[in-house]
Amino acid sequence: MLAFFHIPWFEASPFTGYVYPNETIIPWSGLIVVYPYITGLVAGAFIASSFYHVFGMRQFKPVARFALLTAFSFMVFVPVPLLFHLGHPERAFEAMVTPHWSSAFAAFSYAASFYVTVLMLEIWFAFRADVAAYAKSSGGLLRLFYGILSLGSDDVSERALDYDRRWARALAIIGIPSATLLHGYVGFVFGSLKSREWWSSDLMPIIFLLSAAVSGVALLIFLYIAASYLRKKRADEDCLSGLGEALWWFLIVVSAIEALEYVTMFYRSQEGITAIESLMMGPIAIGLLIQWGGAALALAILTWLVISRPRGTALIRALTLASLSVLLAVFAMRWNVIIGGQELSKTMRGVLTYYPPVLGRDGIVTLACILAAPFVFLTVLSWLFPPWEPAIEREARPARSHPVPALEPETILKTGTEP
Amino acid sequence: MAVLGAAALELFGAFARKPAAAAAKDGAAPSFPTPSYNWTKHHWAFGVDANQCTACLACVEACKLENGVPQDPHHFRTWVERYTYLDGEAAPLVDSLADPGDIEASNSRFVEPYRFDQRYQEKKVETAFFVPKLCNHCERPPCVEVCPVGATYRTEDGVVLIDQDYCIGCRYCVQACPYGSRTFNEVYGVADKCTWCYHRITKGLKPACVEACCHGARVFGDLNDPESDISQFLRDNRVEVLKPELGTHPSVYYVGIDDDVR
Repeated sequence: MLAFFHIPWFEASPFTGYVYPNETIIPWSGLIVVYPYITGLVAGAFIASSFYHVFGMRQFKPVARFALLTAFSFMVFVPVPLLFHLGHPERAFEAMVTPHWSSAFAAFSYAASFYVTVLMLEIWFAFRADVAAYAKSSGGLLRLFYGILSLGSDDVSERALDYDRRWARALAIIGIPSATLLHGYVGFVFGSLKSREWWSSDLMPIIFLLSAAVSGVALLIFLYIAASYLRKKRADEDCLSGLGEALWWFLIVVSAIEALEYVTMFYRSQEGITAIESLMMGPIAIGLLIQWGGAALALAILTWLVISRPRGTALIRALTLASLSVLLAVFAMRWNVIIGGQELSKTMRGVLTYYPPVLGRDGIVTLACILAAPFVFLTVLSWLFPPWEPAIEREARPARSHPVPALEPETILKTGTEP
Repeated sequence: MAVLGAAALELFGAFARKPAAAAAKDGAAPSFPTPSYNWTKHHWAFGVDANQCTACLACVEACKLENGVPQDPHHFRTWVERYTYLDGEAAPLVDSLADPGDIEASNSRFVEPYRFDQRYQEKKVETAFFVPKLCNHCERPPCVEVCPVGATYRTEDGVVLIDQDYCIGCRYCVQACPYGSRTFNEVYGVADKCTWCYHRITKGLKPACVEACCHGARVFGDLNDPESDISQFLRDNRVEVLKPELGTHPSVYYVGIDDDVR
């Protein structure tokens, strides 16, 4: 039996200074970096979709339904890194069946399930008329598929469409606090641990939430530009400019709060500050460079964009670079917080260095596959449910007047997304 | 399919039984693992006299053998730390059994027996001492608080245990323990920690590490018994606990340590 134990199932991390022996195996690997990263993308994409669905900002209509599909595609994969991480994934349901309420994590599965339900319902109402139309126009298995999804509701009268819009809006209103709380909750899961100095901050939920909004909007910008390129359509420039401005705002706020946190930490210079300096100058130095460098680059580009208001290719290129910088910077931020927090010893007198494995359950290959999966799923979803403009509009319905300006034909013409 | 099947069975099982923490609260849990043992009659505590420890490390080896702890130098239920104050230095140099030098001194990566190296042989040492470490079995344990399924719990007699048939292996408790006392068993996919050899103490025996310590550095007993070793230890010494500022109220009391011991 002892020989069995001799199989190296783990990689011990090298360290300097004084660390507890059990700390040399980092308990939460890259999988737990990917988990809040994906959750953040979901929250951010959903918030972006609400610009139109809740606040009726027409400028964002071209991406409103696409943002919903994006949020859903990523939300489906939120549990995947957690399940990969668990020693007993088959017992995962026990967290829901017999939750231990004193745990900061106990209600996460409920919060996530509630949010997914709200999101799915909103998507159903936003796409119901389309699905009903596809059920009539498709053949074979697809006809059956759309028929089942429409739940027998094939009424596309003005009254029914208005009903859909009101429900979608109500659900989006519920969805905003749900998405916000969900990601703030993820920050609380880390911030509530008093054993980890690097995590134990009251600002953690706020920073997690704002960085989520930043990454989600950046993802939406990048995906919209990429999708427009692949569809050989011109991306709506008003919409892109608006998203760029929103990204600029969120980025300024999150950068300011993060900067204040670091300034406060160094100004206080409490016990353990030497170890924190060692951590920042050592294991996470490159990560911090990517995080701060990426944010600074994006902020510079977006500020230029806000001042000069470029159009055409310049706008597309600037936003592509800014959004990719933000996506990379937020991933680096997640890594620096989660891995960095474990690289700082609980003794506050030593620093470990985590080297992620290439293969294995928490290897780089696995992480890359988990990160790529939502993009594949989104591609399939966008093919099944084209989000660019409602199918019912493509059938050149007569102009309607209703309280939400969602489906006005003149708006479609203005956005320039008509096929 | 096999994983789905296992998950379905687990789900059914989860409905059918309670996690240990919930069962313990109801007072309905059998006094694991000795049926005749009544956990309401005892209040266990542990004492460490660092002045007596010579770092023979018999305690570490006894613990590993008794409890099937992986033999590598990165999984411990109990370990010993060396604090060395070099002449003229204010802060100590601290090393333990996961230190590369100490692993080397033990002749192989998978050490047996454990040893501290002789790195300070040529240096001027002002003072040095060894500190045995183990789970503090806190009265307010952060590890119990964070477990999302209640697989880890505190017994009526003051011991923090893990129901390894219920543990989902999320490692939240490993993160939450401020003393680095918890580890993750990669073979079984569950958290692991010192139980004060609960299978022994419920039969009237001492924990394996206490039994193996021939210098009296480890003291264990029942606080409800005024004549027990631990009651006497607490009467005879001015004791302290680790990281009292965290409010965890440890049940392991130390003698002969200083502020640098974390």
